[in-house]
This record gives sequence, structure tokens and C-alpha cells, in this order.
Amino acid sequence: MGKLFEVIKSGLATSVQDLGRTGFQQYGVVVSGAMDSFALQVANLLVGNLRDEAGLEVVIMGPELFVLEDTVLAICGADLSPKLDGKPVAGWKSFIAKKGQRLSFGQPQNGSYAYIAAAGGINTPPVMGSRSTYTKAGIGGFEGRHLQKGDRLEAGEVKFPLKHLSGRGLFEPAVPNYARQRKIRVVLGPDQHSFKDDVLKKFCTSTFKMTSQSDRMGYRLEGPELSHVNGADIISDAILPGAIQVPASGQPIILLADRQTTGGYARIATVVSSDLPYVVQKLSGSELEFQAVSVEKAQRLYVSRELLLRKLSLRAGNML
Amino acid sequence: MFQISAYGDAGLRVQFGETISKETNEKIRSFCMYLEKEKIPGVMEWIPTYTSVSIIYDPYQLLYDALKERVEAVENQLSKIDLPAAEVVKIPVLYGGEKGPDLEQVAQLNGLSEEEVISIHSGSDYLIYMMGFIPGFPYLGGMSEKIATPRLSTPRSAIPAGSVGIAGEQTGIYPLESPGGWQIIGQTPLKLYNPDQESPILLRAGNYIRFVPITSEEYHTIASEIEAGSYIRKY
Repeated sequence: MGKLFEVIKSGLATSVQDLGRTGFQQYGVVVSGAMDSFALQVANLLVGNLRDEAGLEVVIMGPELFVLEDTVLAICGADLSPKLDGKPVAGWKSFIAKKGQRLSFGQPQNGSYAYIAAAGGINTPPVMGSRSTYTKAGIGGFEGRHLQKGDRLEAGEVKFPLKHLSGRGLFEPAVPNYARQRKIRVVLGPDQHSFKDDVLKKFCTSTFKMTSQSDRMGYRLEGPELSHVNGADIISDAILPGAIQVPASGQPIILLADRQTTGGYARIATVVSSDLPYVVQKLSGSELEFQAVSVEKAQRLYVSRELLLRKLSLRAGNML
Repeated sequence: MFQISAYGDAGLRVQFGETISKETNEKIRSFCMYLEKEKIPGVMEWIPTYTSVSIIYDPYQLLYDALKERVEAVENQLSKIDLPAAEVVKIPVLYGGEKGPDLEQVAQLNGLSEEEVISIHSGSDYLIYMMGFIPGFPYLGGMSEKIATPRLSTPRSAIPAGSVGIAGEQTGIYPLESPGGWQIIGQTPLKLYNPDQESPILLRAGNYIRFVPITSEEYHTIASEIEAGSYIRKY
């Protein structure tokens, strides 16, 4: 345990996140956690942490952090032009940050959510088994809120010598390029019967635009109207990550980390887990297209991503 | 009805009915009891709702087809699962006044006195069909139509935690301070959601709630006992 950062500038909405407060959804407890869980897990592995340690989630406009003790950091996810004492640092690669240095961010280049992992993890009191910040209920992370100027963060216990942890990177082909236009794969349903076949076809062949009414709870899209067979309302039912609700307006909403556990609008499709980062990293105004795949295909994608993370864990010398 | 479908790549949804009913709720409770006991490797958690249960699982450990097969085999056993008797959780409520600013309006709109509204609202047990929306919020069934009241035309920006309200033919309790348009008729000093406690959520789907009217003195006594950690549920 040791000192880690003092916040000099807060950034737009910097928060402590891990993989979420799972296990309590049947009681209505919102999961939260990193919007891009792949990026957070890789960042953790690069600095010698377990995959589910807490890191800092940085959104579009990054914070400025004063380093209180020598540490090893990795920044994964969006490229928000990170700098150490004004010099650019590479993403998806671990590096030593010395006591007295300043980590800052510049212009967003690619994507919107970046994750800072520090050796030992960010140490805040866990709430219901998780350090994820859920600002709406004011729980988790640093006092249940976004970071503010003057906050001081601690790191957990560092298990390896720092010099062994720095200079590790994710191999190039595995680094996601969020800017590349690609279709977002979905499994149709669970409420595909609320829509006629031609509407499902329209959903899979049209271009949608992400609106500015988008946040950690969900991204609202704009596109051709998706009409329902029998109205938009369903008897309140479970909402899983990536579920795409269509309210009466016919404009879809993709539900993300801070989604409520239940909702009352028909769900036309659900984004496959491995493509969620490509949704999350979009900026308002960017375009999205969907492609329906079978459950079998979606699960093959899931398993291959999991294998990659397990391979990285082994290479990083971590227990799974 | 027992209909299984995929919900994304890490979810399996079982539908038990098409309308809200006690029978469907009982099947859902039995099914959740099965999941609780069976501890299927790869199943992480589940979300029961009015007519369905969505299971969240890890496809690295368990693929859809295998889980589907396992769940299908449960259908005929559901009636054999012994359900524990539902618990009736008593919720002390201070009705009216500052804590229930809309009691007067609910009474007026329904042509009743405030006392009659209180006696109807606290006079029957409410089944907790499901939990959701925000942490610890119970979706309740069984409110008398005699006190049904439309939502406020302009929602309030902040309703205190513990507020008991009516929206249409539904009654509910706000576990957190939040904005909302429910007609607030009272407030409970109990905490429905307390993340610092070992059991952070007071209520469980499948149980019942009974509202018990209390006086202002009782309200403050219970509130300060809860604050001090010495409160023992007596209702």
C-alpha cells in the first residue's frame, strides 16, 4: 500500500472503475464498472495486476495527476494523448512514472474512454465487493463520485519489482483500432417478435448515428424509425449489457455499464460482448451499423477474446 | 409456459408466462430456488422479473446449448421444488404531513378522508413481484383501486429515500433519493438499501410487504436507532 496520485485537474468525468458490482442484479443493484472492460483488463495485466483490479476511467478530456511515489502505469483504450512531464507516452504499454512527475492528457485522438492502471491497483474501500463508482447512488470508488482537484489516491500492494513491470506491451495486432469503420455484431432479441421482419432487416442494413444524449448508462442512436408490431412497452424485464431497447420513438438505445437492471421497452437485439468496446469508444456524431450473428458465432468470439486475456495473464506471470 | 431463448452471448432467458400473476411468480421463485441450490458452474447470477428469469453466465465455461439443455430438464421438476413460506416484511410508515405531502391530494381525488386512504393502504399485503429499476426498489402488486391516483403532472426533482408513493394503480418505496412523479403519501425510517451492511438489500422478490402506520415519535425513535445501529426490527 502506498501513495499514488494527487489530482491537479479533475478532467471531464474521471472515476475509479473495476469490472463492476456483480452478483446483486436480482436486487436491482446496478453493475457499473469499466465501460470498456477489455481495455481495463489489458492495462491491469501490463502492470502486473489481476484483471479485475480497479483503475481510473478517463473520459475524452483527461485529468492531470501528480505522481506521489514511483510506480508503473499503463494506459489502454482511447488515445487521449497521454503525456508524462509533457512528453507523449505510448498507449497499451507499461512505463515507470517517478515521484514528482505529472501525468496529463491532451486532445482526444481515437476513442473516448481510456484506462489508467497502476501497479498494485487503485485502492479504495470496496462497496459490495467492488470499487466501481456509481455516481447516481454515490457509492464505490473515491467517495462515490468523480475525482476532484486535491483528491489523493492510494495504490494497493505491488507484488513485483517495478523494473520487471515496465516496458511490457500488448502485441500490435491485438490493439483495437476504434477508428476503423466496422459493423457491430449483435444477437437478435430477446424481443425480436416485437418487430416485423422488414424492420429487423432495416435495423441490420441502415446506418445509425450516436447522439450527444449518451453517457455511461447508455448511448442513444438516431436513424430510420424502427416501428413495433404492438407498441414499444413490454412487461418490465431484465436488461443485460449491450441490450438495444427501442422505445416508442423508434430510435434505439444501447444499454451500457450504468444501465438499470430492468426496463420496459422492447429489446430488438443485444451487442456481442467482444464488440462492446467498439460501441463504447464512439464519439457523438459517429456512425454505427449492425450485423446479426448466431449465438454460436457470438460465443466463439467471446471465447477467443477470453483466450487472449488468459494468454496475456500467463505471459504477465499472473495467476488467472 | 416455459420458453427458452438466447439473450446476447452471455445470457439465457426463460419466460414463464405472458401476464403478471401470482402463479407465474411462484414458478419464477421455484426456478430461482433451483438455480440457488444447483450452483451450475459458469452461471454467475440471474435477474427474475414479472414473467421471466434471465440467467447471466460465462460462455468460456458454459455454452448456450449446454445450459439450455440443463434448463429444459428443470421444467417438469418445478412443481416439486419446496418453496419456503413467503415472509411478510412489515414497513413502518409515517403517513401524511411533511413526510407525505400528497396524502391530501390522493384522498381528495378519490373522494376519501386521509384516514381512509391510510387504512386502505396499510390494510392489505403486497406481493414483491420483482426488484429492479434502482437498488432495492420493489415492484409491488395488490394495491386497492380505491386509492389509485395518477402521477404528478410535474415530477419533483428530489424525493427523499424511504418515501412511500402511489403512481396509477401501483404503490412503491423509494430506496434512494431520486427525482420522480409519484404521489408521496408517507415515509419509512427503514433503509431499503444500505451498501455498508452485510445484507445491503432489505427486501426479496416473492416476499410480501405490509405497511404499518406509526406516529411521528415512533418514526424518530426508529430513525435514531437505525442511525446508532441498535434498531431491532419489531414490525
